[in-house]
Amino acid sequence: MTAAGTAAVTAAGRPIAGSRRLSLSWVGLVPFFIYVALFLFLPTVILLAGSLADKDGNFTLSNLTTIAEPYLVKSFAASMEISAVSALVGAVAGALLAYAVATGNPRGLLRRAVTSAAGVLAQFGGVTLAFAFIATVGVTGFVYEFVRDRGVDLYANGVWLYELPGLTLIYTYFQIPLMVIVFLPAVDGIRPQWREATESLGGGTWHYWRYVAGPLLAPSFLGCALLLFANAFSAYATAAALITQGGLIVPLQIANLLTSETGRAQPGLAKALALAMIVVVLLVMALYTVLQRRTSNWLR
Amino acid sequence: MFRVVVLVVMGGFFLVPIGAMFEFSTRGNSVTAPRNLDAWQNIVKTPDLTDAITASLELAAITTVAMLVLLLPTMVWVRLRFQGLSRVVEFVCLIPLTVPAIALVVGMVPIYRWLNINFSSSILTLSFAYLVLVLPYSYRALDAGLSAIDLKTLSEAARSLGAGWRTVMLRIVVPNMSTAILNASLLSVALVLGEFTFANLLAYENLQVAIAYVGLVDAGTSIAVAVASLLFAFILLMILSYFGRRQAPLAKAEEADFQLGQTIGLSGGLIGRGR
Repeated sequence: MTAAGTAAVTAAGRPIAGSRRLSLSWVGLVPFFIYVALFLFLPTVILLAGSLADKDGNFTLSNLTTIAEPYLVKSFAASMEISAVSALVGAVAGALLAYAVATGNPRGLLRRAVTSAAGVLAQFGGVTLAFAFIATVGVTGFVYEFVRDRGVDLYANGVWLYELPGLTLIYTYFQIPLMVIVFLPAVDGIRPQWREATESLGGGTWHYWRYVAGPLLAPSFLGCALLLFANAFSAYATAAALITQGGLIVPLQIANLLTSETGRAQPGLAKALALAMIVVVLLVMALYTVLQRRTSNWLR
Repeated sequence: MFRVVVLVVMGGFFLVPIGAMFEFSTRGNSVTAPRNLDAWQNIVKTPDLTDAITASLELAAITTVAMLVLLLPTMVWVRLRFQGLSRVVEFVCLIPLTVPAIALVVGMVPIYRWLNINFSSSILTLSFAYLVLVLPYSYRALDAGLSAIDLKTLSEAARSLGAGWRTVMLRIVVPNMSTAILNASLLSVALVLGEFTFANLLAYENLQVAIAYVGLVDAGTSIAVAVASLLFAFILLMILSYFGRRQAPLAKAEEADFQLGQTIGLSGGLIGRGR
């Protein structure tokens, strides 16, 4: 199909170049749109249709109403909690780091090192990240053993690494760098003259942050926090590698419903849950776009 | 003072887990055993891992080539002939960012069941799905490259000198945006090598899935592979950020960097979160 794409582009272009005959140039776009239709739109349609169908293909709303079952509500609540907490922690820590970088030399080594590292670390995740934390604070991990030998037992109240607190900690590892990437442009947009203007009007540091920089950065900060929320909410691989059974968060529930080998697989319900996830992410991203637009009004 | 504290604390938080992986992968079998590289040597002795590494590298190559062959001519064509459609193509290419991979894969399961029966059950069919995942990143990278050249003038000049479209593509467009093509390719390679969600739920054993399985039996070896794949991805991305900065006027390059950074950041999954 793809090889035909180039051929189609080549072939379709020729007749039009010199004349104004009936245009066949749309043929060049066919491979791309066929591919997208088959592997992007068809899955979406399957999701939509499947979430409204029972095992025999008849129309039903039971998949959607099943989402209200307590065990699924619990997973949604857990997903929300982990996303909100990791987004909040990530946003605050990332903003501090972005500010520390922005106040330094804009062409300096530090800035380049931090932004490059953030670009890489924001992508760090999945199996590798889960293992990194097992090797760090797992029961045979480096840091765990190090502080235990000094009399501090991290797991005095039980091993929390494989539950919500552990997963939240691990998520902040990719949330903070992501915050640095998306928030740094807003911090860079703050001009030193504004601070000087505040000072010449008799304002101190508090006034500057309360009435100038704070209100200007707030929409961007909130927007970026929402982006982080969506980022954590969609994540699956890290949790899957860390927690091998159970349905702690929604993505794990979906995976269970999809692959269960004991005859308890419920593809319809899996599709309904996937749909619910998409709706949540779309809502959050829409809010993000609105807030980002407000920021770009003064940023550029 | 504030800066020093922030940087030291963050530096520790980010470096310690990576260091801990190295430490873990060089441990001996018992508490008193000396450090060794057994875990690293076991990588090549574990057929599951070598098979999966081969499969993932093949997938990365196929996906990258398919991405370039499908996306680049389409984007060029849209810019030359269908300006009005450029928003549509952009929108379509960015959709995978807002659909969580775990949700998308649910819709792909029936398609892959069909493919398994009627086409092939090879792991390499995963490239179809991976092409969707790399679309947003490749689009942004190629778009930055195309924006930096005057495509219309270049192609009209070539056409008026008698060049066919194949010549225009291969000898005009491609050489003029080699950096963007390199960026798009590196991103897609890194993304495919780190992919877990699709492979795991469509029941294929790629690199990340194999790492997870081996980790259940032999944590040392799988952490060693994890470190190796992480280093590989780091190197790819470092090359990317090095070359990404050299082209174009600064302001434009930074704008493109920012856009690309946002695309990369959003959804993430480059080194295996698979979102």
